[in-house]
Amino acid sequence: MTNTAPRREHAGFDVEAARGDFPVLARSVNGHPLAFLDNGASAQRPNAVIDAVDDYERRHHANIHRGVHTLSQEATALYEGARDRLVRFINARSRHEVVFVRGTTEAINLVAQSYARPLLGPGDEVLITHLEHHANIVPWQMVCEQTGAALRVAPIDMNGELLVEAAEALMGPRTRLFACAHVSNALGTVLPVRRLMAAAKARGITTLIDGAQAVPHMRVDVQDLDCDFYAFSGHKMFGSTGIGVLYGRESVLERMPPWQGGGEMILTVSFSKTTYNGLPNKFEAGTPNISGAIGLGAAVDYLGGLDLDAAHAHEHELLLHATDRLSRIPGLRMIGTARERASLVSFIVAGVHPHDLGTILDRDGIAIRTGHHCAMPVMEFFKLPATARASFAFYNTFEEIDRLGASVERAQRLFA
Amino acid sequence: MELSDLYRDVILDHNRRPRNFGGLAGADATIEGFNPLCGDRLTLRLKLADERIADLRFEGQGCAISTASASLMTEAVKGKSRAEALALFERVHALLTDDAAPVDEDLGKLAALSGVREFPARVKCASLCWHTLVSALNAVASPAAADRVLPAVSTE
Repeated sequence: MTNTAPRREHAGFDVEAARGDFPVLARSVNGHPLAFLDNGASAQRPNAVIDAVDDYERRHHANIHRGVHTLSQEATALYEGARDRLVRFINARSRHEVVFVRGTTEAINLVAQSYARPLLGPGDEVLITHLEHHANIVPWQMVCEQTGAALRVAPIDMNGELLVEAAEALMGPRTRLFACAHVSNALGTVLPVRRLMAAAKARGITTLIDGAQAVPHMRVDVQDLDCDFYAFSGHKMFGSTGIGVLYGRESVLERMPPWQGGGEMILTVSFSKTTYNGLPNKFEAGTPNISGAIGLGAAVDYLGGLDLDAAHAHEHELLLHATDRLSRIPGLRMIGTARERASLVSFIVAGVHPHDLGTILDRDGIAIRTGHHCAMPVMEFFKLPATARASFAFYNTFEEIDRLGASVERAQRLFA
Repeated sequence: MELSDLYRDVILDHNRRPRNFGGLAGADATIEGFNPLCGDRLTLRLKLADERIADLRFEGQGCAISTASASLMTEAVKGKSRAEALALFERVHALLTDDAAPVDEDLGKLAALSGVREFPARVKCASLCWHTLVSALNAVASPAAADRVLPAVSTE
């Protein structure tokens, strides 16, 4: 059977030029051109990021904020310059609001331990949603265990959409914090975060958004969202691993005690009294991931040089094409059919376990994620142990999606 | 290394029609196996008589490799003593993980699992049921500890 889906390649975005910026996309895997459709787990790096990190490592490395010598000053300028880029990238109010962390997971743990833990007690509640990644569940479970607070979970429906009214109804007088994903990593659902933030704010509830899956796919403006915290990772937005950002509203960060103690986060230390550094350094104890931050700054510059609206439109066309192509395969069921979705598709194929599918696709040079996507409650909701997930970036093509479809059909034949 | 090395006919057959699949009333040990990488779970139940595995059955959801491996295992160890089953575990473990060693053809149908050597991410799928079997045999040997046995996890 041949399936020819209509082509809707976005005219305004030069995919081939973008692909040329990512050296890994030129390689082959198992004798086939690499089709990298696992961007939701980690995206690839453009030359701009690789070169920025390489230049730092070769020419400018020294510890930051510590030396009067030339290299230390250069490294400090590069690191803080990266922070400035991130301030503009998410439209934070100032450099005080952008804290470098290891990634989204560390950002959420920081908020759970530094913000929530001193505040919570028995009878208090933390509200999350059923769509969360484990990184936005477990830190709250831990702090609830530590304080006697209760964790509440807002429900979803069979399309993978949050039941917004139910979520709002769960925002009660003892809800101290509401944390939700901007985009579900398992299903691609885009949550109505602006409405949720407004509802929480009206009830005096502090808010956190897990933006790990959102920043690669859409413009994020933390002032417009009006959240108190926004967490994201560098490696999902074409930067390095081991670096990420916690945005925090300055008035909230100011009131929080430091999370980890050490160098960098202090002004003066004596055995009787230590005074803490100001924002954002108060939360950056120890020598940070300097090269990672510089790479992330370069990723922001790289994205700034693209026609982002056209790139995002192309990603949306990829989503439509993938949905169309895969829906033509008998026995394939899409998991997560929310009205608004980021550029990823989660699916299962009758008779072919996702794990086997992942191996078979890999033989055809196609990289996808298979498993529970660190979102076991979502899998539990759909009564599935696992799904296959293809997640796209602007450098993916219609042809790669057609190869995905053909390879799924090949797997079906093998297991028929 | 071809897909057909991994998905041999024996594997595909045991995936399609797993042997000894389902519940087992009056089991002496019931142990869960869990693969955290993919979320696969299997439950293994066994009965012992005169220190031999009189019967064993499994159920759960898993990929073709894990289902076929469990199916082949139940056929291979039924009737074996504890010591014989543990010895077989060692041989299968080597078959799955030691890609320098020649394939142990004396393992019969179990040798069909040797294809996973070339697919390191899939070794856990094939070994999960065997780790679960070892846990089950340990639980039977020490009933006092049985309640505290955690799900078996493949560690390759």
